[in-house]
Amino acid sequence: MSTQITPAVQRAEEPARTDLGIVGTRALRGARRPGGKRLSRAGYAAIAIVVFVCSVFPVYWMVNMSFTPPNKIISRNPSLLPLEFTWKNYVTAWTREAAPGQTDFPHALASSLGVAITVVIVCALFAFLASIAIARFAFRGRIVFIVSVLVVQMVPGEAMMFTIYNMVDDWRLMNTLVGLFIVHLASVVPFTIWTLRGFVKGVPADLEEAAQIDGCTKPQAFWRVTFPLLAPGLVSTGIFAFIQSWNEFLMALLFLKGYNLTLPPWLNSFQSATEATNWGAVMAGSTLIALPVVIFFLFVQGRMTGGLVSGAVKG
Amino acid sequence: MSATLTEPDAAPRTPSSRPPGIPGTTSAGRRRKRQPITPWLLLAPSIVLLGVMVVYPSIVMVINSFTNLEIKNKMLGTPADFVGFDNYIEVFTKSDFPAVLARSLGLMVVLTALIIVGGMLIALLMTKLAKGWRLLVSIGLLLAWAMPPLSATVVWGWIFDTQYGLVNWFLNTLTGTNDFNSHSWLIDPWSFMMVLTIIIVWQGIPFAAFTFYAGLSQVPDEVLEASQLDGANARQRFRLIVMPYLRNVVTAVLVLETIWNLRIFTQVYALQQQGGIASETNVLGTYLFRQGLGEFGVTAAIGVFMVILLMGISYFNVRNTLKEEEL
Repeated sequence: MSTQITPAVQRAEEPARTDLGIVGTRALRGARRPGGKRLSRAGYAAIAIVVFVCSVFPVYWMVNMSFTPPNKIISRNPSLLPLEFTWKNYVTAWTREAAPGQTDFPHALASSLGVAITVVIVCALFAFLASIAIARFAFRGRIVFIVSVLVVQMVPGEAMMFTIYNMVDDWRLMNTLVGLFIVHLASVVPFTIWTLRGFVKGVPADLEEAAQIDGCTKPQAFWRVTFPLLAPGLVSTGIFAFIQSWNEFLMALLFLKGYNLTLPPWLNSFQSATEATNWGAVMAGSTLIALPVVIFFLFVQGRMTGGLVSGAVKG
Repeated sequence: MSATLTEPDAAPRTPSSRPPGIPGTTSAGRRRKRQPITPWLLLAPSIVLLGVMVVYPSIVMVINSFTNLEIKNKMLGTPADFVGFDNYIEVFTKSDFPAVLARSLGLMVVLTALIIVGGMLIALLMTKLAKGWRLLVSIGLLLAWAMPPLSATVVWGWIFDTQYGLVNWFLNTLTGTNDFNSHSWLIDPWSFMMVLTIIIVWQGIPFAAFTFYAGLSQVPDEVLEASQLDGANARQRFRLIVMPYLRNVVTAVLVLETIWNLRIFTQVYALQQQGGIASETNVLGTYLFRQGLGEFGVTAAIGVFMVILLMGISYFNVRNTLKEEEL
């Protein structure tokens, strides 16, 4: 429990790799059989299939619908396979305005990407500096800062939505992406500081000292020795920040109008406007929004379990 | 522990300026004067950001909650009057906030219980599975977890659609009738809550399952075997051996889920857009949002209450984290 995220990562990943200590499980299984009426392996496999189908089906259904021609979607007999495959829904989702006078998909995509990428970069920078300060320096107020970060992380931003709205409005940043960016940044920085601190602590300071003894200057030692070891931490916290910003709905809904919408409020308008007519296009838009998140998620999933248990609360 | 860890780290930062006699109190005093600048410079961006975006609005919100600030004050630039606890009294006696609060808390309990129990069952299942099957389950859970909440809600809303939803089609086929044609799942608040529960539990279980599974693999096999030889049955083994090992993990997940389930917004809002009656299905987040811009004093009072409620629950989380960590 000395370091924060690395042991958690190992904890999350090790069993998958080593197949849960074959000896132990075999011993259990062997001993259990005569013990009584345990479920057989086939029974467990059957439950596994049920769990898999229940988990995957809505995702599959979304993708399936997005490739189904509009006239087949509104049918009393839905087909489980996209027998009449079509790209048309994607074309509709991509080209049509969310609602009269509101943005279309490409603009919303650009807005979302712009906000999320800026959040990732600035957040990584801020949190990186702060985590070095609290993991590598001894100074008065260090513990106060760490506790403050933990507490700030718990403050529910949505409870303050109108106060923050007024504040951002006073800055003349309402209905701008900059305003949304600042709000997103503030909501991901505490978690990122906390997580990166674990990574910095995980890199022994001795390594840097050794490099300094070998003739590196202090910045060189840091840059060449410690920084490469922190790269995985920066990548996974960066991806986490990206997903947070990409998915954020409430503040985007409150702040943005017309042509400035990011993707979540775009989907909301698009769905409300086209509900009766074009579910295929809604599903196509929904799929497009989910795609990058799912891909990124697969990269960091092991770390997310460990990291989230250890300190995060932002959901 | 923290002192021994950080002191040697910190000292080499300033090798040239390191005073000759470290252990002396005078040199420690001198060092304290010189050292703090670098760490505070590193912390400055974060402190400014969080001060401006979290601390400052919190204070403003508390102040506003005791005034009758309205949008017209903002338009005209007139100051608001101090009204004491009037906003709080109004919120709790003359609005439907108490009903919303009760609904939110009830929903939170149901969701958290289902997610914890479901997650634990799936985690136990995963320990029983061979590698390939476990991979299959993991992939399924990951996909459900990774779905953006808004996309997930849109899809589930479509599955429960009144006209062409899969559920109605399935029930019609199952019963061999047309009873479920045009059956609306969202118009009735109770069935709305059922659909909402399905969506959130579906997305929430993977996190709990993966975390519990990681915890379960920490339980030493030897202890389990020994207890089995001593005659403990499966239920006893779970209760007396596994649970004590898992206690910290379960507590952590429990606290997090409690907080998350009280803070739900996206799923409720999006589902309301698809046909629910907002006034009868609001939870804390959507209720506050639907108050809209206008009576800032009243919305601030609701906000203050929400912050206190959630921070109260988070207290356990902060305490646990601090206990586990050596700072």
